[in-house]
Amino acid sequence: MATTVDVNGRPHDVSSPPDTPLLWVLRDELGLTGPKYGCGIGQCGACTVLADGKAVRSCQLPLSLVKAAKITTIEGLGGTHPIQAAWVKNDVPQCGYCQSGQIMSAVALLAVNPKPDDAAISGAMDGNLCRCGAYQRIRAAIKEAAAAPAAVPAPAKV
Amino acid sequence: MNKPLGKLAPTRREALVVGATLAGSALLVGCGPADFLSFGSKVEAGAFGPFLKFSPDGAVTVVSKHIEFGQGSHAGLAAIVAEELDADWTTLKVEQAPANARLYGNSLVGGTQGTGGSSAINNSWTQLRTAGAAARAMFVTAAAKAWNVPAGEIAIANGVLSHASGKSSVFGPLVAEAAKVAPPETPKLKDPKTFTLVGTDRVRRKDSQAKSNGTARYTQDVQAPDLLVAMVAHSPKFGGKVASFDDSAARKVPGVVAVHQIPTGVAVLASTTYAAKKGRDALKVTWDDSKAETRSSAQIAQQYRDLASGKLPAPDKAKWAGFDGKGTAAPAATGDLTIAYDFPFLAHAAMEPMNCVARVGKGPPRLEFGSQIPSLDQLNTAKIALALPGSVEIETLFAGGSFGRRANFQSDYVAECVHIAKQVGGGRPVKLIWTREDDMRAGYYRPMVHHTVQVSVDADGYPATWRHRVVAQSIMAGSPTGVPKFDDTAVEGAKGSPYLKATPNVDAQLLLATSPIPVLWWRSVGATHTAYVMEHTIDQLARRAGRDPVEYRRVLYTKAGAGRHLGVLNLAAEKAGWGAPATDGWTRGVAVHESFGTVVAQVAEVKLVNGVPKVGRVVTAVDCGMAISPNQIAAQMEGGTCYGLSAALFGAITLTGGAADQHNFDTYRVLRNSEAPTVETYIVPSTNPPSGVGEPGTPVIGPAVANAILAITGQPTLRQPFVKS
Repeated sequence: MATTVDVNGRPHDVSSPPDTPLLWVLRDELGLTGPKYGCGIGQCGACTVLADGKAVRSCQLPLSLVKAAKITTIEGLGGTHPIQAAWVKNDVPQCGYCQSGQIMSAVALLAVNPKPDDAAISGAMDGNLCRCGAYQRIRAAIKEAAAAPAAVPAPAKV
Repeated sequence: MNKPLGKLAPTRREALVVGATLAGSALLVGCGPADFLSFGSKVEAGAFGPFLKFSPDGAVTVVSKHIEFGQGSHAGLAAIVAEELDADWTTLKVEQAPANARLYGNSLVGGTQGTGGSSAINNSWTQLRTAGAAARAMFVTAAAKAWNVPAGEIAIANGVLSHASGKSSVFGPLVAEAAKVAPPETPKLKDPKTFTLVGTDRVRRKDSQAKSNGTARYTQDVQAPDLLVAMVAHSPKFGGKVASFDDSAARKVPGVVAVHQIPTGVAVLASTTYAAKKGRDALKVTWDDSKAETRSSAQIAQQYRDLASGKLPAPDKAKWAGFDGKGTAAPAATGDLTIAYDFPFLAHAAMEPMNCVARVGKGPPRLEFGSQIPSLDQLNTAKIALALPGSVEIETLFAGGSFGRRANFQSDYVAECVHIAKQVGGGRPVKLIWTREDDMRAGYYRPMVHHTVQVSVDADGYPATWRHRVVAQSIMAGSPTGVPKFDDTAVEGAKGSPYLKATPNVDAQLLLATSPIPVLWWRSVGATHTAYVMEHTIDQLARRAGRDPVEYRRVLYTKAGAGRHLGVLNLAAEKAGWGAPATDGWTRGVAVHESFGTVVAQVAEVKLVNGVPKVGRVVTAVDCGMAISPNQIAAQMEGGTCYGLSAALFGAITLTGGAADQHNFDTYRVLRNSEAPTVETYIVPSTNPPSGVGEPGTPVIGPAVANAILAITGQPTLRQPFVKS
């Protein structure tokens, strides 16, 4: 049964069963491998994508519930988002596996709170685990991106 | 009675080689492991050697023999080459080496190809300097010939060769001629005082962009048109085997294409990950637990305590073995201070659960994954696929962490994938995916360990006698040589401690326990517990003596001649403002430990919030010899601290009836962003050759925090984790 999902600004017809978590639709069917599998139970945040601008755990969102939500993955940010620039400038990633999810959570945070304080960063980022422990650079990069002019442009279409 | 120390067992690096060599010797006797392991390999070095590639369009690529799984090896290794070559750092590229032990062996693991023991920079230092300098000389010779000027008059800076006559060139146009020049056997290396790149903040990661835009490629991301995803049902108990299974429901799941029994369980193959998962979950497997572990972790811990206290005799075939012993008289059986420490199993819990892609049955076996020890993975694949080890092709991808998990003697998850791919056959790619639950329940944990320490002190309060008993499951028992008489990995860090050097009477012994639960090195290995025991014991002794913990350590380091320990301690104490009281309710704790040739001191600021430790500022001083990339040294101190703190506060795998109680991050708690400390890193200036930083930042934070808690409450912390779940 074909379903249409809006991912990174384009409609995609997909044939995965309706109970398939969005993560596996993105990865296995659309070839968008930026969002990562880490736990499958919404505990680690590696699979984070945006649904209508809000950070969601794509491992917990079945295809049947995606409906008309506009999904943005790390691939849809375009590579030049101020958060991504701050990540590179601070050499935030180590193994890098969690970073797509970290970045999507940070993008969602700045979209609603352009100048987050420490408590707001904790609230938005505590759901994203990083076993390499890049946490202090993540915080520094978020603050740096927040201080940059025009911090949050609309996600690019791909 | 003190026994003289006999010849100690090999270190794990040596043992790794011994294991590989023994395994190989059945087929071939009388050659080194690197030669044996590379038989059948088609990998060859280019004109500029195995570590450098130049293309006529100007691209310069450094080939890394070490995996990049977060530790920054790619940046550090490339910088060493770039420095001697005088390449343009900003455009220099790094690529991962293929598997070939002869070309890419690690001299610190006896010539096998692999990454571990924080040895990447260390073993490559002279090798890569030489590689860069040799290529530099070849280009200078080529330019001298092309320009008809003396070679000695040619300069290179930032990838541009130039001569006073005005002639200049980048590497590209000279590649063809330079490739014809015979490389000098002993190229002249730079005086490190003249380095312009190494040791500067210009040495930054080469992969930050790819890891910030989703394009960095991991095993999990391998795709191919005919790829099958495999998931495996494993025994819930360690050591359980498949008795029988019913796959009728699994085969009905749309997308499932095959079910195969393999030595470790039952594999379901499907066209998509989700179908494989549903198929695997639909399997009905009956397990034969006759040889499985059935104990609980509480029972194991009690057994270890009773062995250490002498209440239980050493079990069959096991013997207490001394790792330090000296003095004119045996230490008192009961000292002034008796402390017993318990450490739980720990899962590595890398963000990317274990996985592998294998093709078997058409051409040479081929693997794509984050291979930490390609030589072992080749050897174990070759045994299953019946091929020459060197013929096994491995494309090593980025790994989403490892912390030791991807390096084991059995290549456990790799072998599993190869078994499945062999049954599939035809060279069809099989991607084995472990769920988080599979990963966390599979063992290869940091072993449970018990230490009992009894210390009596002299009139000034310093250790006079030190009795030490360690009971641990042996990591090296997993090696092809089997259970060793002695396992250095169980005591490294206690063995060799400056505190034991400074103590006149020492009686330190190890007893190795056995279990079907596979155990493994876990970032910083023995130091994960020995650093804690030594550093927390020292603070308790200092407190009893009424002495400042920093001052107390200074006296012992001076006695022991531990100058580098003293150096990091003094630097950390100074930067942390040790002499002045901490403000805002923080209390400081200090710890110092050497592992893998690098010494780290930390001063942690701690407060208790509802009884739970909160860690704020952590001042870190590190002596890792000459610094290659200060930025990445800091990153490893930051990350290592989080990894160690996560374990100290929350980490534990417990067992009930021989099965792990924790299956995922909901029950295996790990450090989250708001719980992370702010780590400041200070590097001790040094002209010594560089040593590693991937692991030494991990083991120090636990005792530093425990020592702060001791200062707050007056109570020692004798169990890990600190926070009960």
